[in-house]
Amino acid sequence: MDIYRAIADPTRRAILDELVDRSGQTLFELCARLIMKHGIGSSRQAISQHLDVLEAAGLIRTRREGRSKLHWFEGAPLKGIGERWPISTDQDKSQDRNASPDPHSSHSTDEDIEQ
Amino acid sequence: MRINATSVMVDDQQKALRFYTETLGFQLKHNIPLGEHSWITVVSEEAPEGTELVLEPDAHPAARPFKKALVEDGIPFTGFAVDDVNAEYERLVASGVRFVQPPTDLGPVITAVLDDTCGNLIQIMEEKGQP
Repeated sequence: MDIYRAIADPTRRAILDELVDRSGQTLFELCARLIMKHGIGSSRQAISQHLDVLEAAGLIRTRREGRSKLHWFEGAPLKGIGERWPISTDQDKSQDRNASPDPHSSHSTDEDIEQ
Repeated sequence: MRINATSVMVDDQQKALRFYTETLGFQLKHNIPLGEHSWITVVSEEAPEGTELVLEPDAHPAARPFKKALVEDGIPFTGFAVDDVNAEYERLVASGVRFVQPPTDLGPVITAVLDDTCGNLIQIMEEKGQP
């Protein structure tokens, strides 16, 4: 499972958001947070499958504490993204602003491509 | 028809009685020996005539695998209402209670989940805006 497919899904991104908010959650806690904070009412089974995908991509780790299975966010695999496409420096950003003063113009370009 | 009792399945009734009374703070209501096991119920100090919690033996062979599966996924067997989840959390942690979920703000409610030491997780819940 590559990380790009793993983070392509909005529910899986919400799971990572919640695990960043608090490490070491059970499936029950994650499901409660997803429905109450994100309006994501997927079944526990569906969330469990999302967790499997994230674990296969190395983005979460699990550990037993007592008799419960807890989940942790693991950010290390994301490092490769920043190395592959380095985040632009301040100088680059100022050049971008000079090239397109309207911050929305780049967005409409994306839409043109999709059409 | 009224809901006068509900139950929690425990692995040891005497241990459960100690935990639910001495640690959680409920009061013993009935303790009637019935052969190998007993009919043991506890009630809230705040509502001694209210719903009784039966500390029921988990002797049926299907009970323990079921409980184990719930605990693995962090699913509470049942839940109790409290006025202040954070205060209960502090009080119970000081008494040595283990929580799998500390107080968590979920919008209309704050919840936390504790281990009852008898094979169950129990949720405590505070409804916001309630007196």
